[in-house]
Amino acid sequence: MSPSLFSPEGLAGVIFLILIGVTLTGAVIATCTKRLIRSVTGLAICFVGVAGLYYFLNSPFVAMMELLIYVGAVCVTIAFAIMLAEPNEARVARKISPLSGSLATICGGAMAYALGYAAVNGQWMAPAIKINDGSVKEMGMSLLTTYSMVFEVVSIVLLLAIIGALVLAKAGRDKQC
Amino acid sequence: MLTLSSQLNTYLIIGAILFGFGVFGLIRRPSLIGMLIAAELVLSGASINFMAFNHFLAPDPTVGQIITLFIMAIAAAEAAIAMSIVVAVYRNYKSIETEDLAELNG
Repeated sequence: MSPSLFSPEGLAGVIFLILIGVTLTGAVIATCTKRLIRSVTGLAICFVGVAGLYYFLNSPFVAMMELLIYVGAVCVTIAFAIMLAEPNEARVARKISPLSGSLATICGGAMAYALGYAAVNGQWMAPAIKINDGSVKEMGMSLLTTYSMVFEVVSIVLLLAIIGALVLAKAGRDKQC
Repeated sequence: MLTLSSQLNTYLIIGAILFGFGVFGLIRRPSLIGMLIAAELVLSGASINFMAFNHFLAPDPTVGQIITLFIMAIAAAEAAIAMSIVVAVYRNYKSIETEDLAELNG
């Protein structure tokens, strides 16, 4: 049965539909615009929608991290890359051939259709029992007990990424000067 | 329509559509930064799937959230490395178009 539009559940449903619209609109803007800086804006819009979906999935902490890391860090990093590399917009517009467009549409559509088909027709078993409620406290406990090794490895990966980015950028500068 | 947020299939299909958009952008974009943006969309579709299965099907609902956090960390590292590679490529070739990076063509 469907809740009425002005009950709290109905309003939550309307907000959920808006979030789906924001996510898909952002994805369209990110892939279909010609100028790269507009693509980054679309990516940020898409990530805001995805953060809202995470909130509906009962994990506000991951939603906040999505906003902080993706919208706040990754999109800004890509925007800096665009500003530093200043791609030639006119040539980007000229080089898109119709063949690559149709090939991309076929491949992406086939991927999305296959995954959606598998999702709708799969037999998903609900668990008999949940051993905890998935709150932030439980997440912190398992991050520092069960997954502590992975936690440390990820921090090393991030450190190496920072050092590697510095080394790569410096090497390019040396060759130029 | 208003009870879509409590169904697993909704999230799985949104994830599939985002993944499809990512593949579409990876093939269609002629520049390195455009492909990086499309790759972020692919990662985001995978994260949505993890979070949906975590909420609806996992006996331990912290696993999917932690995996999503790790995916975010990997994506941030990937973006930083890709940005420095793009800058280095631009300094050497004065272009970030994939068709111009053909020095090994012979």
